[in-house]
Amino acid sequence: MSITVEALCHTYHPGTPLETRALDDVSLQCGRGEWLSIVGHTGSGKSTLAQHLNGILFPDSGTVSVDGMQVVEKSPNMRDIRRAVGLVFQYPEQQLFAEDVMEELSFAPTNWGVQSDRIAPLASAALSMVGLDDSYLARSPLNLSGGEKRKIAIASVLAGEPSYLVLDEPTAGLDSWSRRELTDLLARLKKEGTGIILVTHDLDIALNLSDSILMLDRGRSAAFGAPSEIMRYLVANSVPGLRLPDIAALSAAIGRSDPAAPLTWDRAELKRWIKARETGGRRP
Amino acid sequence: MKFLNNLTFGQYVPADSPVHSLDPRCKILAVPVVLTGIFMAGHVAAFAAWAGLLAALAWYSRLPFRLVLNSAKPVLILVAFTALIHIFFTDGTPILKLGFVTITREGVAAAAQMGLRLLLLVLFASFLTLTTKPMELSDGLERLFSPLVRFGFPAHELAMMMTIALRFIPTLLTETDRIMKAQLARGASFDRGSLWKRLKAFIPVLIPLFVIVFQRAEELATAMEARCYRGGEGRTRMRPLRWSGRDTAALAATVAVVVALAAGERSLLP
Repeated sequence: MSITVEALCHTYHPGTPLETRALDDVSLQCGRGEWLSIVGHTGSGKSTLAQHLNGILFPDSGTVSVDGMQVVEKSPNMRDIRRAVGLVFQYPEQQLFAEDVMEELSFAPTNWGVQSDRIAPLASAALSMVGLDDSYLARSPLNLSGGEKRKIAIASVLAGEPSYLVLDEPTAGLDSWSRRELTDLLARLKKEGTGIILVTHDLDIALNLSDSILMLDRGRSAAFGAPSEIMRYLVANSVPGLRLPDIAALSAAIGRSDPAAPLTWDRAELKRWIKARETGGRRP
Repeated sequence: MKFLNNLTFGQYVPADSPVHSLDPRCKILAVPVVLTGIFMAGHVAAFAAWAGLLAALAWYSRLPFRLVLNSAKPVLILVAFTALIHIFFTDGTPILKLGFVTITREGVAAAAQMGLRLLLLVLFASFLTLTTKPMELSDGLERLFSPLVRFGFPAHELAMMMTIALRFIPTLLTETDRIMKAQLARGASFDRGSLWKRLKAFIPVLIPLFVIVFQRAEELATAMEARCYRGGEGRTRMRPLRWSGRDTAALAATVAVVVALAAGERSLLP
């Protein structure tokens, strides 16, 4: 049970002067209960890749499959695929349309044909997952604050009970507190068995929380592996638009003068090592 | 899935050509002159001459001829409809009878004439937008209408509205595309069910789009006011339009061609 992408290529506006190769030979895999982060510079093809994962866009060549179902145009399983893979677009609060939050949250389950008596519990469960209570159900989504709107939009996808959740830059424009709330939610969903695919340029979140990271550079897969491998790659190669988080950069800098230093992005681990070295150094 | 990315009708096509660099006012004034000329044409030879001029103009503007022809696509239905009406409803010598429908020799001639005329009109007019940037176009219109300002005609305001509207068309298409995709991902379907169902499926697209449009309008208004925009009065331009000898020559040549073609048709052809 996983999302598998193999040798995916995608070209925008083929055969016109605007022709651009957005993705070139990209492969990835993410199972349920796993967290995959897709990182890269603006224009590296991250969003295009995300839209292939539930059949909004289709590959020119290569394959995408969700739990064994091929994602191809006119697939008889398209509804099942879209239902299995919840997709949260960039600035999802801009898609809100309903008169009240309840209607907004029932949009996806209604479209998937969930029985009407099951929809209300789904809506309020989704709402509590994003940290809001039932008092919001009767309010108009357009009159909420920016952060609350974003939460409602994410809840509206969660209400469809996706097995995988693909999020495109969900932390863009959020304050650090809301960002933390969101990453906590994703970590919890992952633990409960949802596959998380996070498109981000925030390496800090990607390194700390992912099981694997796919790094894109101008539509090509620059590296794919565990966070530690990606970190080693980034220390050795510079990738345009991606900067190591401060702690990681510091540990890499120390590592250049002292090969025994750990290569890490974890503040506590680096601190422990520095402490140990200090006390060790003082000994005669 | 093809979303809204096939809109090319009448769009500006950049090229380095003498036609592109003409003053927009010259091109705007030349259009009605040319259209009058085409309206006066009636003989096959005159149409052939105009078609030849069209090809020459396309070559001179460095535009691929196919691209120019493409701009007539949206009006093909209108052309066909007009031609059909002329075929069926013109009296004269019958050449074909099918039940209660009679097709006359005069009808066929009139249909060909009207069809060709309409096509040429659209194709020539499209050169204006193909070779002139939208900004230049609205600048030119503003200057042409500026004598009317003293009678209370809002020339600057209309030109500004046109500029903003043109500027936002591609932006709104992108936004529509994005919102449609987002609702698709939440299970909406725009291409299934009855007509009523399909129309209803667009509500979740239209409402967010309206919200975005109003937000953008407000942001734009704030940004304009922050830059001390107060309308056209006393406003100077970064790139003032310059009418040069070339523009006079081009306009004179256009008038000369139209007069020569009309006079030639009248005196040489029966």
